[in-house]
Amino acid sequence: MSIRFLFAAVVAAMMVPGAVQAQQAWNVPGATNAQLKAPPSGPAPRRDLTGVWDAGGAGIGGSGQADEREKARAPFTKLGEEMFQRNKPGNGPRMAAVAEINDPLSTIGDPSGFPRLLTFELRPFQIVQTPNQVLMLYMFEKRWRVIWTDGRQLPKEPDPRWYGYSVGRWEDDTTFVVESVGMDDRTWVDNSGYPHSTSLRVTERYQRVSQNTLELTVTIDDPLVYTKPWLARNKLPLKLMPPGADLMEMIPSASEAQAYTKSISSQTKTK
Amino acid sequence: MNAKYFGLFLLVAALAAPAAVAAHHGAASFDTTMEVTLKGTVTEWQWFNPHCFLKFDVKGEDGTVKNWAVEAGNPTDQTKRGWSRNSFKPGDQVTVTLQPVKTGAPVGRIRSVVLADGREFK
Repeated sequence: MSIRFLFAAVVAAMMVPGAVQAQQAWNVPGATNAQLKAPPSGPAPRRDLTGVWDAGGAGIGGSGQADEREKARAPFTKLGEEMFQRNKPGNGPRMAAVAEINDPLSTIGDPSGFPRLLTFELRPFQIVQTPNQVLMLYMFEKRWRVIWTDGRQLPKEPDPRWYGYSVGRWEDDTTFVVESVGMDDRTWVDNSGYPHSTSLRVTERYQRVSQNTLELTVTIDDPLVYTKPWLARNKLPLKLMPPGADLMEMIPSASEAQAYTKSISSQTKTK
Repeated sequence: MNAKYFGLFLLVAALAAPAAVAAHHGAASFDTTMEVTLKGTVTEWQWFNPHCFLKFDVKGEDGTVKNWAVEAGNPTDQTKRGWSRNSFKPGDQVTVTLQPVKTGAPVGRIRSVVLADGREFK
């Protein structure tokens, strides 16, 4: 086969849309992409969460976690109700008009923060394990979290951070439990404007039920804001993506938020 | 809503088809009971979070031009629907079906965009 013929064949293959997509290895938007071959299933490996995990549409949480809180019968405290009323969400039961929304994430490009990145826009994320840490690398915001597994204790009086302080431990060979404190109270718990204080404590349970499935349960415990703990995620199934999946960038930048405000939301105000 | 800007408009009952994903906000500002179809010329296409948006000029019956701004979902979700940063460029002739905002401003959210060559983005 001549070089010229080979070149022509390659060019021809690239001009066929299907052929190009079949070779596409970058920016795979989700595990449901039919061109990706799911990894073989099997029993859960021992103490191993590594891989890229995708909750699909259930991870988005656009309307927030109001149903879960009501199911838990965990009403607000007086302070919690006051904080809640100040937040004007763009979605959920108290959906505000676009021009009235004061969501710090979507309107001014503040960080989503923790635990909101588990309740809203939980897009595919990668878990990496090192000898003394579990790292979680999120597609949304292109953020990462460090979960220490070296036996250290959580700080007693932490200086608040957008993503808090986290430690983790294996409860058994397939269950990894993470405790987090010290979250900045400017962030919301979810997309419906649920607030939290700096006293918030979050527990995540990652239960690897098989090779290809991980279940995530998230407990919100903030006695200053909620009268009892409640589950913001309850056994949310996460599917293992193929090892070659390359995550997209999904960054809510301040400049893009401002451009949206100028072109769209400011134009929707009632005169 | 000022009817004179809609020389080419087609009003249809709202269909059950899902709107573009708008996880950032819901439908509070939009009139979900109506859809409007407008023909115009693209002036701007922004591939942005939390919403991509398209701006296009529409010429009214009286010759005046109004610039519309209509939003879609975020780039990640639009990618899954076959949209891209290069789907539209200034000067493209487009037929846009949208749900307008309740205030009557030339703003809305996209239901579909059809290019002059017939390609449709939903």
